[in-house]
Amino acid sequence: MAAAAELKLLEKSLGLSKGNKYSAQGERQIPVLQTNNGPSLTGLTTIATHLVKQANKEHLLGSTAEEKAMVQQWLEYRVTRVDGHSNKENAHTLLKDLNSYLEDKVYLTGYNLTLADILLYYGLHRFIVQYILVAF
Amino acid sequence: MRLFVSEGAPGSLPVLVAAGRVEGRAELLISTVAPEECVVPFLTQPRLPVLQLDSGNYLFSTSAICRYFFLLSGWEPDDLTNQWLEWEATELQPALSAALHYLVIQGKKGEDVLGPLGRALTHIDHSLSRQNCPFLAGETESLADIVLWGALYPLLQDPAYLPEELGALRSWFQTLSTQEPCQRAAETVLKKQGVLALRPYLQKQPQPSPPEGRAVSNEPEEEELAVLSEEEIAAAVTAWEKGLEILPPPRPQQNPVLPVAGERNVLITSALPYVNNVPHLGNIIGCVLSADVFARYSRLRQWNTLYLCGTDEYGTATETKAMEEGLTPQEICDKYHVIHADIYHWFNISFDIFGRTTTPQQTKITQDIFQRLLTRGFILQDTVEQLRCERCARFLADRFVEGVCPFCGYEEARGDQCDKCGKLINAIELKKPQCKVCRSCPVVKSSQHLFLDLPKLEKRLEEWLGKTLPGNNWTPNARFIIRSWLRDGLKPRCITRDLKWGTPVPLEGFEDKVFYVWFDATIGYLSITANYTDQWERWWKNPEQVDLYQFMAKDNVPFHGLVFPCSALGAEDNYTLVKYLIATEYLNYEDGKFSKSRGVGVFGDMAQDTGIPADIWRFYLLYIRPEGQDSAFSWTDMLLKNNSELLNNLGNFINRAGMFVSKFFGGSVPEMLLTPDDQRLLAHITLELQHYHQLLEKVRIRDALRAILTVSRHGNQYIQVNEPWKRIKGSEADRQRAGTVTGVAVNIAALLSVMLQPYMPTVSATIQAQLQLPLPACSVLPTDFLCTLPAGHQIGTVSPLFQKLENDQIENLKQRFGGGQAKISPSLAVVETVTTAGPQQIQTLMEEVTKQGNIVRELKAQKADKNQVAAEVAQLLDLKKQLALAEGKPLETPKGKKKK
Repeated sequence: MAAAAELKLLEKSLGLSKGNKYSAQGERQIPVLQTNNGPSLTGLTTIATHLVKQANKEHLLGSTAEEKAMVQQWLEYRVTRVDGHSNKENAHTLLKDLNSYLEDKVYLTGYNLTLADILLYYGLHRFIVQYILVAF
Repeated sequence: MRLFVSEGAPGSLPVLVAAGRVEGRAELLISTVAPEECVVPFLTQPRLPVLQLDSGNYLFSTSAICRYFFLLSGWEPDDLTNQWLEWEATELQPALSAALHYLVIQGKKGEDVLGPLGRALTHIDHSLSRQNCPFLAGETESLADIVLWGALYPLLQDPAYLPEELGALRSWFQTLSTQEPCQRAAETVLKKQGVLALRPYLQKQPQPSPPEGRAVSNEPEEEELAVLSEEEIAAAVTAWEKGLEILPPPRPQQNPVLPVAGERNVLITSALPYVNNVPHLGNIIGCVLSADVFARYSRLRQWNTLYLCGTDEYGTATETKAMEEGLTPQEICDKYHVIHADIYHWFNISFDIFGRTTTPQQTKITQDIFQRLLTRGFILQDTVEQLRCERCARFLADRFVEGVCPFCGYEEARGDQCDKCGKLINAIELKKPQCKVCRSCPVVKSSQHLFLDLPKLEKRLEEWLGKTLPGNNWTPNARFIIRSWLRDGLKPRCITRDLKWGTPVPLEGFEDKVFYVWFDATIGYLSITANYTDQWERWWKNPEQVDLYQFMAKDNVPFHGLVFPCSALGAEDNYTLVKYLIATEYLNYEDGKFSKSRGVGVFGDMAQDTGIPADIWRFYLLYIRPEGQDSAFSWTDMLLKNNSELLNNLGNFINRAGMFVSKFFGGSVPEMLLTPDDQRLLAHITLELQHYHQLLEKVRIRDALRAILTVSRHGNQYIQVNEPWKRIKGSEADRQRAGTVTGVAVNIAALLSVMLQPYMPTVSATIQAQLQLPLPACSVLPTDFLCTLPAGHQIGTVSPLFQKLENDQIENLKQRFGGGQAKISPSLAVVETVTTAGPQQIQTLMEEVTKQGNIVRELKAQKADKNQVAAEVAQLLDLKKQLALAEGKPLETPKGKKKK
């Protein structure tokens, strides 16, 4: 799923009515959001975080310092590890790690759904469709 | 909470600095573990540093740990910081781990290490200089600064890896590095061992996959909109409202232009082209065109500017050419000087003087400098072993010997320098030397010569360089070349030659010798000025009041940065020395080099036959100017840039802005009522204009051209978002809005016409005529964006500025100039004499074959002399052979009876 499509989905689930326009930058097609009243924003997690604030749903970014840092850590994990995985073996390790992490948890930060869950889900969706049959 | 670190883990750096934020607020234990220890139970791969929280949760991302410490200290996250951290994780880290791996594990050095990081470092530098803030996310140091500083510190703490030309990055990095928490963390992690302290950790890491390399360097950095403060917006609006009033009156034209006390006096030279070569595009962009952009810019800044150039006419090459063409050297110079002058005239180069070096003034000044050096003991005499071609009966100038480079083994090294390794060669050291004219092997003979005692002048030179170089006014390649010369130690350089065509040496026993170009070509600038005004010394012996800018390709750096300064310093006559030395890298043609002999590439005199206007050539050459690294001329790319940047971006915007005024407002600029959005746009344009100025002041010509295109992109976007063509049909308020947008847009177009003037002077004049831009606004470029076309201003007739370049047109040109031809395999190249033949050449050959065939038939019909017939037949066969080669057909073997 292209980043722009993913952000569109996110907008919808956040209940943002006015759709934003996205462009893509460079080989990796990094999304860019051109805002009318400020600088442009570059990068999936940066834009996603911005959208959450725009929708006044800051709780999705975590409520305590610990949760906030955790959310950003898993967002980083999404764009570096999930998007950056290079082969099947890496993919396997990644799923195994996540599986063991989530064993005693409902959501990534514990008991509350956050943006990290949403983006990790999007990221893994494609991934699992591709690998799940061979991985498990 | 407990922080796990390990020896040599680079992530410890930012984490330790950030940890300083929570000192006294929370209890923090620090444990050091082995690099391979798996602290986080659910991760297969070891990750360090790791922060174990009191809840039992782990933070295993360096950024997240830093963020947590910052959050605990009351910091609030913002978009810009998030963006920097995401960029750090996705772009910087992969490149950085590759670089560190090369350096620490593989022991590579220099460019091999820095290569993968180039783009990332430039990105930081540009962002810092563009937003004009000392720190990444604003006026104060914050999370993004700490994380990026920590990532970069192990590498950049070695000054060799902190590129000098990235000034903004340098000062940001140095500011942070001198802060106490950073210094403490650096000592803890690197233990004064530098980057090698990371070894224990990096060894345990898998080898990083190299980041995708980018082959093409012609692509612009992605643009980002800067963050604007309220003050910046208010200042932009104030300037805009002042309009034309604040422009100074245009400078009156002086003749001759002379320095004026108390003003900025700018003296610009471009390397003197050698007279008997028709310059190719690479020569043109390397010196005259680059210098022209700067000269035009300098005049727009109202600086007192003198731009000079001329042909370099003395030397063996001229003598040889004269022999070839059956003319005297003077006649050759006269002939080719005009060819040069015409080419530069066509390219619209705005010389104040385009002179030549074969003048009495040249002799006078050169001999004067020589006498002064001689009386001060800076001239040595010695016997020189020299190559002499017995067949041509003359000593061979360095450029007339070719052979195998004694340093790198390159086969086509010239007698003075190897094009491959760039080292200077003493002609007699060449292996397998050959006379370039007759290809016979020259012999070594001895001859008396004079030398400039460079070792004796070295101290003065270094003293001067010590004052000149820190200003960062020389391009990095020039600084590098001069430094490597000094590092290798200076040797006396021979300044005389056994030739006739040159400046005579005024010394007994040297009557039949002349000065060598090493010594006297750069003096050409002085003599050319002396031919322009008898007050030439006010420019050339006036270092206090004159700023000297010299433009050249990098092979010319030693003459301008070292030899001439040494002569001038030794002559002790208060000469003006180069303050800004601007050297380009090389421009290639398609995938190879320009070659006159092989007919590959576009040469100055051919550019005008292509039907492509001079301004388009100027634009494309400047767009790909080899600034910082070699670049390549490509026909396809030229088509692309013309059609995308000029036609669709710049031309489209300016044309639309003008058309709206004509169509919707009867050619009269409408009233403008600025909304906050418009004001913000003014500030963005102002910022981009200031960026353009900053770049051109540093002579970053190619980057400044990008700034122009960015302004036009802002303009297009502005029109697109506001849709004046729809609003003009709407309510009163909508029509009002359409007027404001049109008025602002047409003023941006006016600004663009002036910014464009140094690059595309004809297009600039066309826009200004179309918009009827008031005269003062045409000749001055202020640092603020002003409303120069106020409401009520009547514009002229608007018409499109650029034409689309079509594919077949470009394909034809490619054929004609030998671009994109299949490479000739070496075995074929030996037999082949005609290597590049376009359809035109084939056509010509066919006509010649027919003509020659008719001559033969006629002679035979007349039963002419056998020998005469045979000669004509031989010529016919030769032409047929050439044609077959040109068409790529196998040769027909003569059939039937033998021809006599």
